[in-house]
Amino acid sequence: MARISLKVNGKTQVVDVDPETPLLYVLRNDLQLNGPKFGCGLAQCGACTVILNGNAIRSCVTLVSAVQNQPVTTLEGLGSTKKMHKIQQAFVDEQAVQCGYCINGMIMTSKALLDKNPKPTDEQIKEALAANLCRCGTHIRILRAVKRASGQLA
Amino acid sequence: MKTIAISRRQFLKSTGALIVSFNLLPPTGKLWAQFATLPSGDIDPTSLDSWLAITPDGLVTFYTSKVEIGTGTITALAQFVAEELDVPLSKIKMDSGDTSRTIEQGSTVGSRSIERAGPQIRQAAAAARHELLKLAAAQLKVPVDKLTVVDGVVSVLGDESKRISYGQLIGGKKFNTKITATGTGWDMKVAPEVKAKDPKNYKIVGQPVKRFEIPSKVTGEHDYIHNVRIPGMLHGRVVRPPAINTEPVSIDQGSIKDIPGVVMIAREGKFVGVVAKTEWAAIKAAQALKVTWSKPTSKVPATPDELFNYLKNTKPVRTLKPVEKGDVASAMSQGKKSYQATYHWPFQMHGMIGPSCAIADVKGDKATIWSGPQGPFRTRGTVAALLGLKEQNVRIIYHEASGSYGRMSTDDGAEDAALLSRAAGAPVRVQWSRQDEHGWEPKGPAQLDEVKAAVDGDGKLIAWDFADYGQPWTASGTTPLLASLQIGLKPNNPGGSNGTQSGGEFYAIANQLIVVHHINWHFPEPIPLRTSNLRAPGDPGRCFASECFLDEIAADLKVDPVEFRQNHLAGNKRAAECLKAAVDKAGWQKRPSPAPPSTGNIAKGRGVALTQRANTYIAIVAEVEVNKTTGQVAVKRIVCSHDCGLMVNPDGVKNQVEGNVIQGVSRAMYEEVTFDSKGDVTSLDWASYPILKFPELPDLEIVLINRPEMEPLGAGEGATIPPAAAIANAIFDAVGVRLREAPFTPKRVLAGLKKT
Repeated sequence: MARISLKVNGKTQVVDVDPETPLLYVLRNDLQLNGPKFGCGLAQCGACTVILNGNAIRSCVTLVSAVQNQPVTTLEGLGSTKKMHKIQQAFVDEQAVQCGYCINGMIMTSKALLDKNPKPTDEQIKEALAANLCRCGTHIRILRAVKRASGQLA
Repeated sequence: MKTIAISRRQFLKSTGALIVSFNLLPPTGKLWAQFATLPSGDIDPTSLDSWLAITPDGLVTFYTSKVEIGTGTITALAQFVAEELDVPLSKIKMDSGDTSRTIEQGSTVGSRSIERAGPQIRQAAAAARHELLKLAAAQLKVPVDKLTVVDGVVSVLGDESKRISYGQLIGGKKFNTKITATGTGWDMKVAPEVKAKDPKNYKIVGQPVKRFEIPSKVTGEHDYIHNVRIPGMLHGRVVRPPAINTEPVSIDQGSIKDIPGVVMIAREGKFVGVVAKTEWAAIKAAQALKVTWSKPTSKVPATPDELFNYLKNTKPVRTLKPVEKGDVASAMSQGKKSYQATYHWPFQMHGMIGPSCAIADVKGDKATIWSGPQGPFRTRGTVAALLGLKEQNVRIIYHEASGSYGRMSTDDGAEDAALLSRAAGAPVRVQWSRQDEHGWEPKGPAQLDEVKAAVDGDGKLIAWDFADYGQPWTASGTTPLLASLQIGLKPNNPGGSNGTQSGGEFYAIANQLIVVHHINWHFPEPIPLRTSNLRAPGDPGRCFASECFLDEIAADLKVDPVEFRQNHLAGNKRAAECLKAAVDKAGWQKRPSPAPPSTGNIAKGRGVALTQRANTYIAIVAEVEVNKTTGQVAVKRIVCSHDCGLMVNPDGVKNQVEGNVIQGVSRAMYEEVTFDSKGDVTSLDWASYPILKFPELPDLEIVLINRPEMEPLGAGEGATIPPAAAIANAIFDAVGVRLREAPFTPKRVLAGLKKT
């Protein structure tokens, strides 16, 4: 076990964990942040996505010790049902959710995309989300939600 | 259970009470004691109080065993409640899926929740409205027919100053009213004697309302089962064997002695698991634990050829005949031309993005299970059998799981958690690894479909002989689930039916025989490749066969494929209108297939398919581009028309139809479970079992047909059925290659191109 200092959603917190624990389990079990989800543990599906230093990363394969004192943002860091981030609001407006298990990854990956490219084309959004799996088939609505969040829908 | 204590901890001696202190649901106060119970302890459906309760501030809580599985069902059911009571949707709270508080209305499966539970809930709400109006009439001293209701407030017609709210009338009190409820589960008829609203006056049913649970799903606040934590909870993982019918010969405790936080190794029969203080310790221990297993005894057909030979040449354990009319044999011999073809459909998986997860707290003769099953009462039954408890001593508390498409009819995770909780004497949470979920989830069975037909001199079908060969569901119905099998419970039947629809039953053909053969699949010694209901069970495979076969005949007769179908839809207005809606929207150009040969490397084609499921009609036009060099098929555009009777939430229906189509395209193009001769699944992750990704997304246009004069029907499965047939027909149209086996991989397309 080791004491590790984390900067998550702007807050510094110290956790006492096995340093080899993937970040995902620490976020969920130690910090009670349920936005990121366990999907595969293999970096294949994207359900666990968080933003680290501006990049969308897979928290299921990132060791907690590797992100010490680096800024991590989770879905909760964007907004809440009381005050939603514009991307979250766009997903509600477009009803771009079915089971919603993948949606954390869709929103966080889109956040990282829009921060770098505020007006992406459909093709750029599809490319950015190419490694985020959705089994319910919400793709069309997700695409529209990201367009809406970028102010590109009438 | 035999346990091996590694560092058994005193903290396991937690309090004796069942703990539900994680309170993610809004409190319902004292109301949830209102319902009446039967002598068995179950909720009495003939008491109006069992269905709903109203607080003094007018909040309506409605109790249902139907559950939200990501399809919007619960919001749609709430629309019925709001409509009948004339209460805003925002004042309805659905309390769903807790076996101690709800009436068993059947599992949330088979596109039946809106169709069956919809009327049950509508009638119960209508009965409540009648009671409320009676109370109001007494209070306001006017007859009931002089009353009107707006937003939960009853007022006198013509004198709005005379008013009283539902909250004032009944808030916090019981109705103490009996209603009728006959039959059980989804067949239960609830208060048919009560007159509900005329659909012409609907204000909330039929409106595209926003789903209740979506805001919390986009912020991380939704109470998914994976997010539930119980005080004193430990983490368990199951160590799965190479096959069910192997058992641990030895377990090397030393192999995990250096992992801090491991509490115990649990073993019962062939079931082996570990329990630890942290989730990561449980994962590491399950991976590291050295178990020597006995040699597996089963041997299964390990290649597609062996598999389909097995299906074709094994005597069925059961044969169903959904359609038998006329004299097919005689008509077949009298036809001017006859046809025959065989189609293959592979094993496919549900592929939940989030794996199985459940928490159990087993204490003495009682158990509480937090899980996300499609049938909470079914989980109650399987867990009770597993633990040897009375059903009513097991309480299932529902929390939404990952979208499951039938997989959560089979709540394996609850059983794992129950065994480990009993062993540990504490609440235990179990979450499956990706490899276990892919490997051990029960799969949609493989199918072999043989179709024969004959046409007369006018090109009209006079005989249709459709035979479906496939495995029954070895992990559904009344057969034991995974952990049950491992501790020694025996299946007593080969399993349930994989459905009988989509074999062309809705076409007007005078002589028609449709049969479904169930081929035994390792009963009574199951293998890892279990089978169960996968969304629209069996229908995509049967539709692939029947709708491609129609195209083969149309092509031979040089008739446009849409026209050929239209010629056989006499008397079926809904089917004909559904087909027309899709082809009109698609801009279908009338001509036979295949298209005239193309000159470039990319060939374009279009195809059509029509089907029905549970009386919902669906037609699809698919447009594809085929790369003649690589065999790659790109699905460019899908137009889907959909008629599910009265639409309760049109945007919810559209969301479902879109999702079904995309999942159907994925199954047609990419999905095939692979396995070896031990029955071990070798598709163990998303690389070995790919599904559709964003860059492969076709353009999608949906035409929704609303029929307010009809009862509502299901929209949760139908549109997943016809994409495969429509795409295969489009590939044939593009390059003249007839694919009779899914998925439509470049290899299969190239092999076809070489033959042409």
